[in-house]
Amino acid sequence: MDGNALTDRQQPAAQTDGAAALAAYLETQRRIGTLRFLTCGSVDDGKSTLIGRLLYDTKLIFEDQLASLERDSRKHGTTGDDIDFALLVDGLEAEREQGITIDVAYRFFTTDRRRFIVADTPGHEQYTRNMATGASNAELAVVLVDARNGVLTQTRRHSFIASLMGIRHVVLAVNKIDLVGFDQARFEAIRAEYEHAVAEFGFQSLVAIPLSARYGDNVLTRSDRTPWYDGPSLLEHLETVDIGDDLALAPFRMPVQWVNRPDLDFRGFSGTIAAGTVKPGDVVAVASSGRTTTVARIVTMDGDLDEASAGDAVTLALADEIDISRGDVLAAGEAPVAMADQFQAHVVWLNESPMLQGRTYLFKLGTRTAPGSITRIRHRIDINTHEKLSATDLRVNDVAVVNLGLTLPVAFEPYAESRDLGGFIIIDRVSNATVGVGMIDYALRRATNLTWQDLDVDRAARARLKDQQPAVIWFTGLSGSGKSTIANLVERKLHAQGQHTYVLDGDNIRHGLNRDLGFTEADRVENIRRVSEAAALFVDAGLIVLVSFISPYRAERDAARERIGDGEFLEVFVDTPIEECRRRDPKGLYEKAYSGLIRNFTGVDAPYEAPLTPEIHLRTVEAVPEVLADRVIEALRGRNIIR
Amino acid sequence: MSDRASHLRRLENESIHIIREVVAECRAPVFLYSIGKDSSVLLRLMQKAFHPSTLPFPLLHIDTRWKFRAMIEFRDETVRALGLRLLVHTNEAARAEGVNPFDHGPYYTHAMKTEALKAALALHGFDAAFGGARRDEEKSRAKERIFSFRTANQEWDPKNQRPEFWRLYNGRINKGESIRVFPLSNWTELDIWQYIMLEEIPIVPLYFAAERPVVERDGSLIVPDDDRMRYHPGEQPQLRMVRFRSLGCYPLTGAVESTAATLPEIVTEMFTARTSERGNRLIDRDEKDSMEKKKREGYF
Ligand SMILES: Nc1nc2c(ncn2[C@@H]2O[C@H](COP(=O)(O)OP(=O)(O)O)[C@@H](O)[C@H]2O)c(=O)[nH]1
Repeated sequence: MDGNALTDRQQPAAQTDGAAALAAYLETQRRIGTLRFLTCGSVDDGKSTLIGRLLYDTKLIFEDQLASLERDSRKHGTTGDDIDFALLVDGLEAEREQGITIDVAYRFFTTDRRRFIVADTPGHEQYTRNMATGASNAELAVVLVDARNGVLTQTRRHSFIASLMGIRHVVLAVNKIDLVGFDQARFEAIRAEYEHAVAEFGFQSLVAIPLSARYGDNVLTRSDRTPWYDGPSLLEHLETVDIGDDLALAPFRMPVQWVNRPDLDFRGFSGTIAAGTVKPGDVVAVASSGRTTTVARIVTMDGDLDEASAGDAVTLALADEIDISRGDVLAAGEAPVAMADQFQAHVVWLNESPMLQGRTYLFKLGTRTAPGSITRIRHRIDINTHEKLSATDLRVNDVAVVNLGLTLPVAFEPYAESRDLGGFIIIDRVSNATVGVGMIDYALRRATNLTWQDLDVDRAARARLKDQQPAVIWFTGLSGSGKSTIANLVERKLHAQGQHTYVLDGDNIRHGLNRDLGFTEADRVENIRRVSEAAALFVDAGLIVLVSFISPYRAERDAARERIGDGEFLEVFVDTPIEECRRRDPKGLYEKAYSGLIRNFTGVDAPYEAPLTPEIHLRTVEAVPEVLADRVIEALRGRNIIR
Repeated sequence: MSDRASHLRRLENESIHIIREVVAECRAPVFLYSIGKDSSVLLRLMQKAFHPSTLPFPLLHIDTRWKFRAMIEFRDETVRALGLRLLVHTNEAARAEGVNPFDHGPYYTHAMKTEALKAALALHGFDAAFGGARRDEEKSRAKERIFSFRTANQEWDPKNQRPEFWRLYNGRINKGESIRVFPLSNWTELDIWQYIMLEEIPIVPLYFAAERPVVERDGSLIVPDDDRMRYHPGEQPQLRMVRFRSLGCYPLTGAVESTAATLPEIVTEMFTARTSERGNRLIDRDEKDSMEKKKREGYF
């Protein structure tokens, strides 16, 4: 092992064992802040060696770990008789090979000036997702390059993702400088090339350091093997870099996490302050209602505070009883926070199943979770060349600029101003997986400026005139299952009773409104989205709407239910086994599908997701259509939709 | 802790945020209270998160019936003093069969901890369980999420974990599924001790050095806690100054030789420490990658 790495400056003061030393140590530990940084590099650039070296040299390695390190170095190491520092940090590649989703590993070390949390991300194909995850909580990125290879495509990509996630401070670690003979010219060339490559990212600080992770040069202390380098060592820089992101100076914002109500005498709003400072007596405005009040107390278990600011987890008691719940945002009275439901945003897709335009997902922003969809993919971004590409769906690791529509207005700020109020995750409504992540660029229109035309004749008025309760009866089932037959019978019966109805089915929709759509997954989603929108309008007009569509995906039917409203939506599962449909084959479609003449045919080579809890379940092999239609009529009576 | 920027303060805020998020998003959370120092810190953070309300969920202790008596006393006293709701669960079937740490090795841990925990969670229908694990405890934990997702069989599916961004945790689950939550993920052992000291948090006295009867076995210092201890031929307990760095079942938890009898002495000892905390737990030595495997099966 090379001697120059081990210095005395990291020795804990308390080794001298005096009570005073302990007190001094604790005092520093109490005052020092944290730097969260991310390391990025391609495989073999020396990332693990560098992290291992930092942990080792700052004495975070215990004797038992050291013993096993020495043992492992001899057995698996790549460094001959030297200690292989990379073995100190668990190789993340092994898990990747087993298909385990490890996105980030966190390592910790501390000096007497700062405490560090290092986010270490495994490389390869999932890199975009992993790096984005690690970067979301990092204040600085250490971008590693191998001095022999210089700036590569990956280097650019790493820097792009760092900037996308809002990292403003970068260290370019030119590693393995020993392998290029500590050559200054080589270092300067790499530095110049890198500065040029990332100029457009507008990093606030960019420091290039020549280092050798393996031998410790310029890691903790400046090396005399690079006498031409007069900048800081890596650790010196990390210990002192000013990340200057003073959120405490911005206007006050606090997303309400939880309403704290122990008894009738106390009502407090708990949350973590996203920006600014708050004091008792300050005027605050509730984003959703615009109502204002003053802060009465800042309550904590350690006593009331005179002041709290960005990052503090507190509970605010307000002077007036106003309606506030989780998801609301409290903001400085003189600088209220904006609300909107349409945004332009950058998104990174994280899931193997692609993002489909128009499909409903849940968007969690701050403490608010709202349904919504990506209404348009403006363009995809090639992460290597930054070229804009057109796209109709997004695959895992894709980065894109999109338009986003939520079903309700939310308090927000552009991501560039606030990670807390501008960053969101996208959740799949069926699997509940986190499938995407996004950063708001700006609102496309302010919801506060939008007032619906107040129509005197409203939905209730229209329904009253027709003497009925509007509703959507949604028939879903395989092709040939009998949906249209039953829907038509139901409509005839309703009509005979004097009800106002309308049937939406493939024939009148696919040939007109949806003429432009085919049968790919994306088109099927859009097809159903338009049908639900049309149905919603007809319901608004006071009609009983019978929708007869295969509608194979649960997520889309659920979205329709949500669009229309639970009480007015009845899902009818027309349940016919596929063998029976194939036997009936009224339009000869199954024959063609099985012989490969038609592709993407539901039940044959495209999936059908049966309803789990339909309001009405009709098994067509058990009764004739007439009887089944009567069952639907009865169900409508049971729900007071008709008399 | 008045220093706003201090890292302990930042950790405290982060943990409180996580704790509140669980209560806001999950239907039936529970705190898997293990009586150790990490649980003590977590309990204090929970009190802070909800003050002036009390904890809006119960504590659950999986009692193997082989815990140190001092732990059980401490548990009961804590619950009484703070007015907490405590559920205690033991795998009674395995106990009746006589499953014990001496004869049954890894199976004992599986039955009395993993299985007992799963059964208790299912019995009460908890959908979120807080635990005091930290990422610095062990290499494999470095990758653990803060919200760790469990299938309906309470298994940890390593292929199906959710990426975590910013402070946004996804606590949505389908019926039967659950989440384990680790609010102390970013704390280190030294942070825990400093916080205990600054906040004057009560901990089990076994953490402080004292003369205790010790049997040295395979390099571990076992402290017999009752007459169920099985001695190997020739073994004789000897009085030695020892303390514990982590606590569990007495036959499985090794003590360390130490004279640190006060918190400042412990902290001083900490940064001159020569061995890592988990080195003293016999449970991890059973097999390679044992943590990984236990986690997959549902143990923390
Ligand atoms: N000569 C030299 N070798 C290095 C240096 N840093 C790392 N290495 C070697 O490069 C190889 C890959 O390093 P590793 O840390 O595993 O790379 P990672 O894939 O980025 O984590 C190992 O054999 C290291 O010993 C360095 O500064 N100089």
